[in-house]
This record gives sequence, structure tokens and C-alpha cells, in this order.
Amino acid sequence: MTEKTSLRRYHAAVWDEPLITELGAPGRRGLVMPSAEPEVALDEAELSGLVPATMRRSVPPSLPELSEFEVQRHFLHLSQETLGMMGVNLFGTCTMKYNPRVNQHLATRPEIAELHPDQHEETLQGVLAIVHGLDEILRELSGMDQFVFQAGGGADAAYAHVCLTRAYHASRGELEQRDTIITTIQTHPCNAATAATAGFNVITLPLEEDGYPSVDALRAAVSDRTAALMMNNPDDMGVYNPHVKEWVRIVHEAGGLCFYDHANFNGVMSKIRARELGFDACMFMLHKTFGAPKGGGGPAVGAYGCTAELMPFLPRPLIDRKPDGTFGLNHDGPLTTGKVREFWGNIPQVVKAYGWARAMGADGIGEASDISVLANHYMEHRLLQIPGITKAQPHLTANRLEMTRYSMQTLFEETGVTVFDVENRMTDFGVDAFWLSHEPWLVPQPFTPEAGESWSKEDIDFWIDVLAEISREAYTDPDVVKTAPHSQTIHRVDTTNLEDPDRWATTWRAYVRKRNAGLIDAPV
Amino acid sequence: MPNSTTRAKEELLSVTGAATIAELFSAIPADHRMSWPLDLPPALRSEVELQRHLVDLLRKNTSTEDALSFLGAGCWPHHVPAVCDEIASRTEFLTPILGTASSDHGRNQAWFEFSSQLAELVDLDFVGLPTYSWGCSAGHAIRMASRLTGRTEVLIPRSIDPERLSVIRNYCEPPEMPSHIDVILVDYDPTTGEIDLVDLADKLSERTAAVYVENPTFFGTIESAGAEIASRARSVGAETIVGVDPISLGVLLPPGAYGADIVVGTIQPLGMHMNCGGGTAGFIATRDDERYAREYPTMIVSIAPTTVPGERGFANILVEQTSYGMRDQGKDWTGTSTYLWAVVAATYMSLMGPAGFEEIGELILQRSHYAARRLAGIAGVGVRFSSPFFKEMVVDLNATGLTVAEINARLRTHGIFGGKDLSHDHPELGQSALYCVTEVHTQADIDRLIDALSKEITV
Repeated sequence: MTEKTSLRRYHAAVWDEPLITELGAPGRRGLVMPSAEPEVALDEAELSGLVPATMRRSVPPSLPELSEFEVQRHFLHLSQETLGMMGVNLFGTCTMKYNPRVNQHLATRPEIAELHPDQHEETLQGVLAIVHGLDEILRELSGMDQFVFQAGGGADAAYAHVCLTRAYHASRGELEQRDTIITTIQTHPCNAATAATAGFNVITLPLEEDGYPSVDALRAAVSDRTAALMMNNPDDMGVYNPHVKEWVRIVHEAGGLCFYDHANFNGVMSKIRARELGFDACMFMLHKTFGAPKGGGGPAVGAYGCTAELMPFLPRPLIDRKPDGTFGLNHDGPLTTGKVREFWGNIPQVVKAYGWARAMGADGIGEASDISVLANHYMEHRLLQIPGITKAQPHLTANRLEMTRYSMQTLFEETGVTVFDVENRMTDFGVDAFWLSHEPWLVPQPFTPEAGESWSKEDIDFWIDVLAEISREAYTDPDVVKTAPHSQTIHRVDTTNLEDPDRWATTWRAYVRKRNAGLIDAPV
Repeated sequence: MPNSTTRAKEELLSVTGAATIAELFSAIPADHRMSWPLDLPPALRSEVELQRHLVDLLRKNTSTEDALSFLGAGCWPHHVPAVCDEIASRTEFLTPILGTASSDHGRNQAWFEFSSQLAELVDLDFVGLPTYSWGCSAGHAIRMASRLTGRTEVLIPRSIDPERLSVIRNYCEPPEMPSHIDVILVDYDPTTGEIDLVDLADKLSERTAAVYVENPTFFGTIESAGAEIASRARSVGAETIVGVDPISLGVLLPPGAYGADIVVGTIQPLGMHMNCGGGTAGFIATRDDERYAREYPTMIVSIAPTTVPGERGFANILVEQTSYGMRDQGKDWTGTSTYLWAVVAATYMSLMGPAGFEEIGELILQRSHYAARRLAGIAGVGVRFSSPFFKEMVVDLNATGLTVAEINARLRTHGIFGGKDLSHDHPELGQSALYCVTEVHTQADIDRLIDALSKEITV
């Protein structure tokens, strides 16, 4: 690496911000309520009579007492002590992309923020048009016949699918018999976990020589007990299973349903569709592929779509376009699996995704997938030149799609530096931690970057330059990496004792109690 | 897209060894590929066009700012402080994925402050990060109780919101599944709206994993026998799960104080706009007891030391037991949830303080009871239940000779959204509606409702 690198100075904000529970003073107010009008107001005795004596709170909650200005600055300080996507973030499997501000702005207008989901549909025509509009766009991208947005994330959409799988087989009198769901080890854990939560046995197929489970392994797992197949493609290593049509055929022949977890859609959008591959249902994450923000873990939407055959089982309501062109909420559904969450979805996120898709259009979406895959290949070329870094499953010749899994095992063996050390050190440059791998780690010391379409070549080069610099440090001064971060808000958290019930504290009151009991060693 | 320029594409492509971008997709067999172009609406590439298009659509909505709304039922109109909106829209809080405990320290601290303040409201020491919704929290809590007790029955009052019950039923699984949890509905007293303690006693047994009650109930009534319900559940070795609306906890006794083992509920009233239902988020709280902690399916944040003595950080704990750690062997499942709302709720609780919660509770009590007094003064209209209530009330319209749908249609001509129609979900109540009155409803608003109803209803 003789080229001039793009490294630059960075230090995170350090406010040394106390906990809110330690701030303020008795009697201070941040928000006051209006007084009840004279005709509304009740005297103390009357008021007290409105709550049964057994249910009256006598000890006020021990909350902090602050002025509004103090609260505002406290949380602004905390925001500044949060890196988020202020730097470069190539977190794989999650498709970090720009969340257009205009969509955020529009989705927080009162015409969305102040809507109630039980309003009469004639007062909801705008939002229904948007939800229906995104439904139609997703239908075109997938070939499915109907989408619902009730699921509060990708995992919740997987859960919607297992609930729907139960309802489908129950309607045919086969639910007791069909007690097994098949997935693969490189499919997101939520698929296996939601299947188990729904009461199914889970068969997880391991990877084989070709980088994915073999058709023979699938055949051996499938039987008249198969309820469904749940898989992604490409998988979380960016590997595309070219036998997916054959997989779907085998599962269908056995009477099972096939669910396409489209978490990794960015590399294949506009290139393939769930329908033509044979799937019965699929899921898109609006907070990943479709430009809605992640919020540090939601609110999110797992948009769940299925074929006409499965529509009777979908959670209600469905949003229909009526013959007169208006939109309605259709709650009828005698075979519905019921709700997976109250109401009809995180509607602001649906609005943002609709805005993203309308801005992109068909050509933009196709180009974004091109750029994602192109950028991933560019990264691979540069990353593999960095000492200590290898590609997972290097024997596979097929191109990865929008992401690739790598390993720092060589770096670890030669320097003692782990992927955790490296990700901590990367934050010293303002680069957000990368994604390692879901459990179980099939590759030692794994990491999985994904460039997507939002980051410029300079951003990607910067990210790679940072990693190259850290590799250099690992080989020359490994302690710098092992003790990182050095330029962050705080130093590395020590999690050694946090699984000990006497030492964990998920709330301030538990912390104070344990500290006062001498269980937690901290200054009082 | 910064790399959409021809030059950028050429630079990126030049190192890959491929001649065209299309070659990079060679892993996808030709017969998997779409052979026709996507048929999507034309792109609105400029922000000018996009904003115009969306605003034109949004204007077709009538929001609860435009109309006077009395809809609640788990998605309530409460005042959202401006500071909450500012914090909710900060890019630093909007955009993170996972980060590290050092680099996203501020967010983790806000999460801990959420758990810490909610713990004070419910009077329990252990709180996880939020779930998708109240119903999802209740579903997880019931499954936790079933695992803890090894039992497979849960008792739930028949007064529950059918929508929430539908969510819970999915978590309890249909009878064909080997891990099915039997949902047994307990009657409510038709006069008071409170749970029927006789029926509860009849149905409670050593098969009961948990008794689930809500305070206030879906009907708005206050369960006055909270301690007795918890005590009866405990006497047969069952867990007590209480669902709460946290905005009530400045005036209502916290469930931790009357024996709840697991408390669930929604945080939407704590600074989230209704968002057409998209402000929904749930929570789970328990005593700080390892027995419960080891059953949580959610992400949990603990205060933690750092490598520097005296410095504080915050880290996820008990991750191994989740589906991230153990896939199908984990506790239920977890995933992207509603964590931004934890930051907003932390802000809200900080603004409110103890006095704010007491004030809002008292104001809601006064305003909702004023509404009840006025409603009862209209011929043919009554408040269904005699028990004390908070924020919501079942308004009995049977004697009007009109359906709730007809009355609500007439109210809409006055620019008023009447209460939620219960005639379909709770047919035993006939033509009744659930009316919600909060701190945002002034006396003039309530009087306007009364005037409109008085005009439209002629008995």
C-alpha cells in the first residue's frame, strides 16, 4: 500500500455525561400540565375518590427532576456521544444506506404522526394510497400477490410466516403431521428461532463443499412432516445457491411451503423475483433495502408478501383498492392466522420506503443493485491485499453478490489481535464497527462488510485504508489495537462479570442497591 | 448514488478483472434472471417532485389535528413534547445499527436511562429493551411464565382488547402444536367491568402458568383487586403478569407494589405520536431475580465498568440465551425492535419527573370523568361500568336506537371522530363505544362532543 491514504484525525465527543438519574434538583420541572377548567376540576377529596384506595399511588416514582433545557442538552450530549452513521458504516447483512431526509420530514408531518389506525377509512385515503402504492411496488419486485406491513421487523416477518404456515396446514388438516421447518445454517437465526417459537421442530442444513447445503441433504431432510422451507439467497456470506429452484420444487412436492428471507435483497433487486424462483412467500426489510432508518434497532418493518393461494391466511387488515378508486381496510378473513402485532404496521417507515422507491424508480433500483455488487468486488480486490485478511471459503469461484465474508484468523494467529480488537480500533477513525457473523461462526475471526450504493468510492477507500492501517499496527504495535478504542467517548467496556446476577444492573435502582451492598465496586 | 457516474463505475470495475458489471452477477443462473424490465411507476428523481407527490397524498388524510378525536384503545392521543421530537429526529439516534459500547455509548446510556426510569414507574428492578408492542410483550411474558412453571394454561380476562388477544393467541400456539398454551378467558363482572373473582377462582388451578390482568383494563376500568389476584395466583404457584398503561402510574399503584411478577405494557404514551399505530412499542419488566432474567428473549442493557477504573459504560447482557446466541434453542426470538422509542421515552420521562406524572394522571382523571358526567346527561347515553376508570370509558349507546357506526358517521359531519366501535369485538356490550379522554382534550372539546351528540341523538 504505497498510495497516499485518506486517514484523517478523529475524536468522538466526550461529555462525561452523568446519568439522568443523577441530574437535577428537587422541585424542578421539565413539563407542566394545564390546570383543569373550573367546571372540570375536582377537589382533592373528589379526586381521591376516583381511584380505589387499594390502587392509589402513595409514593411518587423516583424520577429525576430537571428543567426542559437541562433535559434537552442531556439528550443532545448523548446523541453526540453516538456514532451511528456519522462516519462510514459498511455493516454487512444490514445494507447501511442513506435515509433520505425528505422522507423523514414527510413521515413526521401531522398527516401521518397524528393519525389513529381506527379512524374511518374515508379519513385515511392518503395513507392508504401510500401503503397500497408500496404494496404494488413490492409485488412487482417480487411477483407476489399481496403484501402486509404489520410485522415490526424482519424477524417478525419470519414469525408472520411461521404463523401463516400453521394456519395453512391447519386448514388442510395436516398441521399435526407437518411439524418440521427446514432452514440453512447461513440463513438468519430468526428463521430457525421463530419456527421453534411457533412450535415446529427445526432442521438446519449445514454448508457443504459448494458453499451451500447440497440438494441431496435437502432431499434427505424433506418428508411428509415438512411444513416449510425458510431460506435466504444469497446467504449471509454473499453466496448464491444456484439450485434454489430445485430446492423449492423438492419442498413443494413434499407439500411444504417455501419462504424467501430477502434480507439480502440489495444485490439481486431487479435481477430475480421470488415468484419465478417458485417461492410462496417472501419478506423485505424496509429499514434496510428500502432506505428507512434503523433507529438503533427499530421501529422497523418486515414487509411480508405471499401468493394468492396464501392470502386467506394473512394477518388482517388488507388494504384494497375499491372499484371507485378509493382505498379501504379489509378486516374480513375467516382463515386469517390472526395478528402478529397490534394495528397495521410502522406506517412512518412504510411512507419512507414508498418515498425511497418512488425516487429510485425501476432504473434506479436496478442501478443500485449493480453498484452494490460492483462495490463489493472492488472491496474484495483491495481487502485481500491487506496482510492477515483472507476470504471465507476461498475455494469457491462463483462471484459473491453484495457482500463477502472474510476472516482475520491469519492476523489473529500472527499478532494475537482479534476481530473485536479491530472493530474497536476502527471506531478510533470514526468508522462504525463492522458485522462479524451470526452464530455459529463457521469461519474463525469473521467479518462481513457490505458497501451498498450509498457510499462513495472515497468512503469505501477510506474504510479500507483504516483497516490497512490497523493491520499495519497489529504487526508492528499490536497493543495499540488490543487496547482500543483510544479516541472514543469511553474506553472498552469490561463485560467479564456481567452474567453474574449480583453484578449486572439493568436499572439505576438495581445498580444503587448492589453498589450499596458492596456487590458492585464503584464510588458511591 | 455517488458511484453512479461513469467514471466511478469504470474505476471500480477496473480492478475486478471483469469487463462488465453484468459479469459480476454470473453466480445467478440465466434461467433465474428476470428477462423483462420492472414495471414500476416513473421515478420522481427530484426532491421537488417527490415532496409534491407525497404532500398531495398526505393532504387526503384527515388527522386528529384536523378533527376532534376520541379514539384510543391502545393508541392514545397524548401530548408529545417538542424536545422528544427533536431527539427522535437526531441523525445520530436515527441511523445506528449495532455499534460498539464505546462508539454508541450515548445511545446505550439513553437505553439504560429508559430502563431505569420505567423501573421507577412500575416499581420493579429489571427491565429489558422494548419489544414490538404490548401484545408481543404479553405473549413473551406468558411464554416466560410457562417455561418457569412448566405449565400450559394462562388465564386472561374476557375484557381484553381482541386485537391484543389475537397477538397473544399466536404466541400461545394452536392446539395442534406440542407446546400449545391454553388461553382460558375469565369473565368480567358485567356491572363493574372488573375481573370476576369467583370465575377466576374456579379456573385457577395447579395447571395455571400465569394470570394475566390489565390495569387499567381495555375498558378503562381500574382492577381494584390487584393484590388479591396476585396472591391467589401465587397460592397455586402461578405467575402474575400485569399489563399497564404507564401514563397512569403517577396516580395508580405500580404493579410491582401489588405483587406482579412480570409487568408488560406499551410505551407509546411516553412521547410517541400515534403514527397511525406506528408509535407502538412494548416493554417487559420483572423483579431483579435470576429466575426471570434467564427467561428474557429481548436485548437487555446493563451498566458496566470499562478498562479505566471509575469510568461507566453500558453493555448488552444475557445475549447468549437469545436467538442471536442459540438460534432455535434460544428463548423465543428477538430482532430489530423499536429501540429508538426507548430513547424518546427516556426523554419524555425525564421531562415529566414525578410531579409531571402525578399532574397528568390527575388531569386525565378529571377530564375523563367530566366527559363521563356530561355523556351520562344525554338521554339514551350512559357509561357502561360502575367501577372507577382512567382515561377511557365504555359509552353505552344501546338506548339511542342507533348503531355506533351511524353515530360516528354523524359525528364525522361535525369534524369529530367518536370512540372505537366495540359492537363487533365485544358483542355482549351491544352498541357501545370506547371513548378516550386525555390531557389534550379541553373542556371545550368535550362540550363540543356533547353538543354534537345531543343534536344527533334524539331518543
